[in-house]
Amino acid sequence: MADETRTIKTDYLARVEGEGGMLIRLKGNEIEEVKLNIFEPPRFFEAFLRGRYFTEAPDITARICGICPVAYQTAAINAMESICGADVGSQIKALRRLLYCGEWIESHALHIYMLHAPDFLGYPSAIEIAKDAPEVVETALRLKKIGNHVMTVIGGREIHPINVKVGGFYKAPSKAELEAMVPDLEWALETSLETVKWTNTLDFPDFEMDYEFAALDAGGVYPIEGGKRFVSNRGLDIPIDEFYEHVVEEHVKHANALQGHMKERGSFLVGPLARYALWYDLLSAEARGAAEEIGLPKAVKNPFKSILVRSVELVEACVEALRLIREYEQPAEASIEVVPKAGKACGASEAPRGTLCHRYEIDAKGIILDATITPPTAQNQPQIEADLRGFVGQFMDLPNEELTLRCEQAIRNYDPCISCATHFLTLEIERT
Amino acid sequence: MAPTIAVWKFSSCDGCQLSLLDCEDELLGILGRVQIAYFPEATRAEIEGPWDVSLVEGSVTTPEEAERIKEIREKSGLVVAIGACATAGGIQALRNWANVKDYASIVYAHPEYLETLETSTPHSDHIQVDLELQGCPISKVQLVDTLLAVLSGRRPNVPTEAVCTECKRRETPCVQVLGTACLGPVTQAGCGAICPSYARGCYGCFGPKETPNTVSLAKRWSEMGVSEDELLRAFRTFNGYKPAFREESARHG
Repeated sequence: MADETRTIKTDYLARVEGEGGMLIRLKGNEIEEVKLNIFEPPRFFEAFLRGRYFTEAPDITARICGICPVAYQTAAINAMESICGADVGSQIKALRRLLYCGEWIESHALHIYMLHAPDFLGYPSAIEIAKDAPEVVETALRLKKIGNHVMTVIGGREIHPINVKVGGFYKAPSKAELEAMVPDLEWALETSLETVKWTNTLDFPDFEMDYEFAALDAGGVYPIEGGKRFVSNRGLDIPIDEFYEHVVEEHVKHANALQGHMKERGSFLVGPLARYALWYDLLSAEARGAAEEIGLPKAVKNPFKSILVRSVELVEACVEALRLIREYEQPAEASIEVVPKAGKACGASEAPRGTLCHRYEIDAKGIILDATITPPTAQNQPQIEADLRGFVGQFMDLPNEELTLRCEQAIRNYDPCISCATHFLTLEIERT
Repeated sequence: MAPTIAVWKFSSCDGCQLSLLDCEDELLGILGRVQIAYFPEATRAEIEGPWDVSLVEGSVTTPEEAERIKEIREKSGLVVAIGACATAGGIQALRNWANVKDYASIVYAHPEYLETLETSTPHSDHIQVDLELQGCPISKVQLVDTLLAVLSGRRPNVPTEAVCTECKRRETPCVQVLGTACLGPVTQAGCGAICPSYARGCYGCFGPKETPNTVSLAKRWSEMGVSEDELLRAFRTFNGYKPAFREESARHG
């Protein structure tokens, strides 16, 4: 019995974005191997960006991920504007943040209700939840739709928006077009507050990890559409341009995605848990109030409770969207002209699942010479493996089927985006 | 029994299959009339084939994918390719003009770990595809219409005309007449002519229309001062490997 091999595996992980699996091999009570297999095929974005014009990067990199295209567009734009020394002004920045709030609302609502909640409720998918509790899925769909609508009004469409560019927007929406979204967003805010209470009724395994949380520092506001510094709860505090001096990417055999490690520090975590722990004090009174009401501490170390934090961020995105609309004044020009300048810079944004960093080098004619893209899931992948190792160590006595489900759930805690990370998952637990 | 639908992913961004979940108003109605047999982005549950309809997203870029699409074809009543990757090879088809080994060494420290093909190709290069929905991403309207058409046994309404016709119906002033280079005249309708309504020229994400006159459009762009490099890049994006766009970009290479 002591030397019995146990394999816990999932060949094709469901309810994540992209293609990956999990393999965990146990010999007796020893964990021999924990692997997140990423078989999502490589698409070589960083290679074919070379030779393209710098203004093409937002539309091309949007195609890395259909779930968070705005994150890609925005990070690319931030990098290019940094290289060229362009400052687009406060109203264009506000419009970018509003567009990004739409993506957070859509993505968080999708993950909370349709991808993550089935794990807690014991269903294979939201489709089966809809048969027993249609109101839950109807709520999710309406929230999603409101997020998508924000993206459609500002970006032209929800998947791969067409209205954003280096320098601003092709066309700025009128104040009236934005104000027309207020009643829906007010409903979304009320529903998000209910979502926080609803997610708090779910059961969470008693499990905590000691994380290094990392997120952008957006200079006095909760980080969403950008930030000039990358900081952690363990003293990391660097300008974004130094990202690649501190985060190293490693190519391991079982993953077509590169894994991010912090130099001499190891794995770290980006995403809602990190943003919330680092920037709790910058949340709106409504979001903090919602967290306080369910007794959520300032630093959440149980990764399964990421669904609670994601709900708090859903509140935040709705509050922010309403504020941005209230304060919006249509800019006289929808964009500024950006003249290419030879140089190299990083640009980052907070995708719903965590910090996304792009680095480009362009020549004086605006041609891209080099591109490096580090998605949040690539950074989180070593931490996900560490969580699995910790979780299996603590819950080894569970029967295989339940342990497999719980391990899948531990991966989904991260809302992983494998298409992103390959530019990542099959779950498998082997016991000897 | 309700017809079974399987949703398959190949090399892609997942955006086109997300379009199905983005049909917020229609989704529960559709789910009431079909059985989802395979759709890992949404569910752990699986029903073994054969399947009545397979929606196929993404392009073929690995030996495994080249085999898998053949198996899906054998076990599916209808195969519907959805999106620019599945119908044209997608943005990742830019490798078709390069050496994939060079590409791999730019992105990965150990290219030898990768299993990848030299090319990114649409499914129609590998199997008989019954219907193609173009677009990067596809139109939700076309997707819902296609599913309803399959359920009721009629032909889907997929336009083959140019984006220009949609601009006219929306009464959007022609951006090209106003001086902005636009691929609308050679690009298939379906998006609703979004870009021109945002004062932007169409960038061809729905791919070539039937019988597109790319030569004439390229000539007009040249007269407007668009460089050969810009022309090459304009035709070589998300649908760049689709023959009409591929041939036009080659004229400017």
